[in-house]
Amino acid sequence: MAPLRKPKLAVWKFASCDGCQLSLLDCEDEILALADTIDIAHFPEFSRRVTRGRYDLSLVEGSITTTHDRTRIQDIRRRSKKLVTIGACATAGGIQALRNGRNLTEFISVVYAHPEYIDALATSTPISDHVKVDFELRGCPIDKAQLLETILAFLHGRRPSISTTSVCTECKARGTVCIMTAKGAPCLGPVTHAGCGAICPAYDRACYGCFGPMESPNTTSLAKQWSALGAPRDQIARAFSTFNVAAPAFEKTARAHADKDN
Amino acid sequence: MGGTEADIDDFGGAFTLQRADFQALLDALSKLGYDIIAPTMKDGAIVYGAIRAVEELPIGWTDDQGPGRYRLSKRLDGALFGYAVGPHSWKKYLHPPERELWRAKRNGNAVTFKTKPPDKQKRAFLGVRACEIAAIDIQSRVFVDDLYSDESYETRRRNTMVIAVNCSSPAETCFCTSMDTGPAVSGGYDLLITEVVEENAHVFVMKAASNAGQAVLAQLPLKTASPADVASSRAVIRGAEQAISRTMDTEGLRELLQENPEHPQWDDVASRCLSCTNCTAVCPTCFCTTVADHTGLSGEESRRLQTWDSCFSGAFSELSGGSVRQSTKSRYRQWMTHKLSTWIDQFGASGCVGCGRCIAWCPVGIDITAEVTSLRAKPKKEA
Repeated sequence: MAPLRKPKLAVWKFASCDGCQLSLLDCEDEILALADTIDIAHFPEFSRRVTRGRYDLSLVEGSITTTHDRTRIQDIRRRSKKLVTIGACATAGGIQALRNGRNLTEFISVVYAHPEYIDALATSTPISDHVKVDFELRGCPIDKAQLLETILAFLHGRRPSISTTSVCTECKARGTVCIMTAKGAPCLGPVTHAGCGAICPAYDRACYGCFGPMESPNTTSLAKQWSALGAPRDQIARAFSTFNVAAPAFEKTARAHADKDN
Repeated sequence: MGGTEADIDDFGGAFTLQRADFQALLDALSKLGYDIIAPTMKDGAIVYGAIRAVEELPIGWTDDQGPGRYRLSKRLDGALFGYAVGPHSWKKYLHPPERELWRAKRNGNAVTFKTKPPDKQKRAFLGVRACEIAAIDIQSRVFVDDLYSDESYETRRRNTMVIAVNCSSPAETCFCTSMDTGPAVSGGYDLLITEVVEENAHVFVMKAASNAGQAVLAQLPLKTASPADVASSRAVIRGAEQAISRTMDTEGLRELLQENPEHPQWDDVASRCLSCTNCTAVCPTCFCTTVADHTGLSGEESRRLQTWDSCFSGAFSELSGGSVRQSTKSRYRQWMTHKLSTWIDQFGASGCVGCGRCIAWCPVGIDITAEVTSLRAKPKKEA
């Protein structure tokens, strides 16, 4: 039942650290079998061989931070049958979205020796702010098993089996004792999107929300409980101001706990 | 305390096992081919796990619990079972969080399906509380005694020996007396243990209620229980009853919930509820699952997995066009109304056993007993 031609996969990078697309290279046991199934047509981190034209599935990493990228994503969308964004930068704007609403010119003047070389937008925004996205894969970085599942689902024309509930569901499935309840740890698990397999709490570390908000995040209620457990306001503001700071539910609670001059 | 009085008084055929000989019970179970699953300490809580030695029990420890709070602390004595219930329940073994239903393989135009044989490992659950026996009964009603029987659950249940322990140290979150499920064990066990810790004695008053239980007792260095042992056992149970202060008024509760879908309290609880699913995961009776197919790389293989699901997730009520229960309000209302009300319509009894897990393990401490009280109050708008 081999298809007439192998579907074409492309991987694109925008403002990001590369970690998410490297998750595809991390699929060491599966990547050769995957290459048998699909034509990895555009993935510069994987091969210099680049096939131009149209693609069946585009994986997009990174956020939009320049006028150049704002145009480039439109072109990629036009040439992609399906477009899936991967990681916190592509789905929420990433850590670089901390600059949103702040003075970019001042930042640039402090960071770069030649600020005149920098031509950046005032904001870092997710891909879905610019083009239609068929599916969003969360995480900083993404989980490679979820990436494979997503690719396979698109190959077979089914919906990816990716849960959108909280990290708590994964803690409970693996039998991890809740560190918020048993130790009073300020954990973001109850408002964070599942997918990592609840790694951090299993190693006695509170979830820090790298997968961004879950489907129905009640960040206000969680922040209130953190306060009751003794977390100061600035700790709450910082907890919601990391890789997914521009995700609306996190941004709202970060702002509500930020000092006025921030 | 429906039905419990009889068992409290019925210590006929009871024996005593000395604390120094308790390992003999574990050895006998191992020798008879049982995996022993018992309370044990892990990551700051008393959980259920496999043990072989008495030292692996939480000797001399207890649990302090409250809404959204659980802490371990030392007892003044060396009791083996001096605590209430923790984050795990026995459903982790009888109704595991993930189970493969089948795998399929394509050979040309034919597809072959394979299912794993049912898990026939003999397990002894040691330290099962009265509320937990009630919970196992409720899940058995769902999985075995209903119209369709789940072979996988039924096989695991059939191969499980229940070694019950009368509760001596209920937590602040416990309300079994309101739900008529405890603290005294009444039926549903193979062996029943009452732990008696006194100044100069530490014994286990034991009783068998099945052939499997008898077979274990036959291996142990026992003495016939004396009238004093029986009196001490009764005192343990009375003490537990008196220690339970939390209540849930169940009078007319079925009707109350069904008649108040628009009570403003639902908005109030929704403002606090995280829809994180913790309450349903720790609940020993919540049984809902979802299934998902996982395809292999080649497209030649597929696996269907059953995993725990929760009525607090959006996908749980997803139909064509989206989720029926979009709001957290509708999800909490569904969970509580099913648990305490429509469960009675469906299975002939409440789905709540009063173990208090949903209160302790809710990250924001939502207390189902307090929610019932609030729902009983007249809506503020109309007051």
